[in-house]
Amino acid sequence: MSDSPSASFLPEHPPVTDWVHDFDHTDPVWTDDPFPIWETLRAASPVVHTERFLGCYMPTTYQAVKEIAYDTEHFSSRRVIVRDVRPEISARAPPITSDPPEHKPAKQVLLPPFTPDAMKRLEPRVRAICNELIDEFIADGHCDAAARYTKHIPVRAIAHMLGIPEKDGDLFIKWIHQILELGIKDENEMMSGVREMTGYFMAHLEQRKLAPSDDLISQLLRAKGAGGQPLTDEHVLGSLRLLLIAGIDTTWSAIGSSLWHLARTPADRERLIAEPALIPTAIEEFLRAYSPVTMAREVMKETTISGCPVKAGNMVLLSFPAANRDPAMFPDADKVVIDRKENRHAAFGLGIHRCVGSNLARMEMQVAIEEWLKRIPDFRLDPAGKVTWSEGTVRGPRQLPVLFGKNA
Amino acid sequence: MSKLRIRVDQDKCQGHARCKSLAPELFELDEYGNAHEVGDGTVPAGLEDKAWLAQTNCPEIAIEVTEE
Repeated sequence: MSDSPSASFLPEHPPVTDWVHDFDHTDPVWTDDPFPIWETLRAASPVVHTERFLGCYMPTTYQAVKEIAYDTEHFSSRRVIVRDVRPEISARAPPITSDPPEHKPAKQVLLPPFTPDAMKRLEPRVRAICNELIDEFIADGHCDAAARYTKHIPVRAIAHMLGIPEKDGDLFIKWIHQILELGIKDENEMMSGVREMTGYFMAHLEQRKLAPSDDLISQLLRAKGAGGQPLTDEHVLGSLRLLLIAGIDTTWSAIGSSLWHLARTPADRERLIAEPALIPTAIEEFLRAYSPVTMAREVMKETTISGCPVKAGNMVLLSFPAANRDPAMFPDADKVVIDRKENRHAAFGLGIHRCVGSNLARMEMQVAIEEWLKRIPDFRLDPAGKVTWSEGTVRGPRQLPVLFGKNA
Repeated sequence: MSKLRIRVDQDKCQGHARCKSLAPELFELDEYGNAHEVGDGTVPAGLEDKAWLAQTNCPEIAIEVTEE
């Protein structure tokens, strides 16, 4: 908890005028269109610095991002969100907030439920969820695709995996907004979200202990951690926090950005309808070009990255999205090429912290796009509406008004 | 055409599973989702393109393709 009101609610950030020396990933200009900013930063240096957020670096090239992601000696994952405040570390979420040697056993526990085979078993439910959602708005001829479609798919899928009611999804969405968006600048919002979420899951934990089932919460309660010991309640709660925080607005954003692209690009839409086998390749390209997730590290020991000195005590904004737009790594990096053949994108991270839910996210994206295109093959942005984007750590459309049918 | 052989470096693989998705005939996943080459890694005739496709899409550069 914060020790004074002033530490919990900080003033709004002044607008950025010098991106190279004073970048701010919460600035409205960045939120609206970060791509030209990353280009400016990359042209200046492979690593840039800002005094904001109590001191923070940002690697701007694929190479620099990779060096940091692979270097767990100098860069810790104990803080994974760049914020205005750095309170004592409390709510851990292993393995995303773990460093070696604790990381591996914490991750191994979570991997088996998220393999591609496990995702195949979940796929029919996700396909049904997508169609249930489309049924609700297709007759209207228009919808806000972010509010009515993309938002609900990952929430319901993860609720299904955890064995909790899919209708509790609205609660999850509120907590995630408090933690990932409001929490960057407001400690009270962050803690309130964490507290409510912990209370909710604690009740489910107690219930599973009395009546175990085969859902993911029960699997975690049965799992053995380091040394063959069962996981502590605190560990299980932390991992559930992680699944919810990392598994929902990330995929919501990824599906939303894909639909945003397709709404504006009839040629790509037509090609995917004619060649549905190309959809998985297109999904990888959407993941590269519109990567939703930016992570963070804390510099523990002075070192150099791509020749640039970095000093302990600073945070690092680990921008996988910026890495994925680096023209040194990807020819035509700023073009969306839905049949791109060579695509080593880092949307799910690089190194030991590779997203544990990557197979889930890919399956949800593929199913969501397939089902949408089957039922709404023609759609476009509503010229009377406004597309808005989330702020901060996860980027995706939060309002996505679209009209169905061919342009009149 | 020369014969290809593939190998997944177990120290580098992080389980992105791109290879399994692109070349399911050539790779298999363990219970944690990490990849191994099928059998001794010999690429059957006709699957050479898939071997290269998997190699060039692995984010961790964990796949070695050698020509014999």
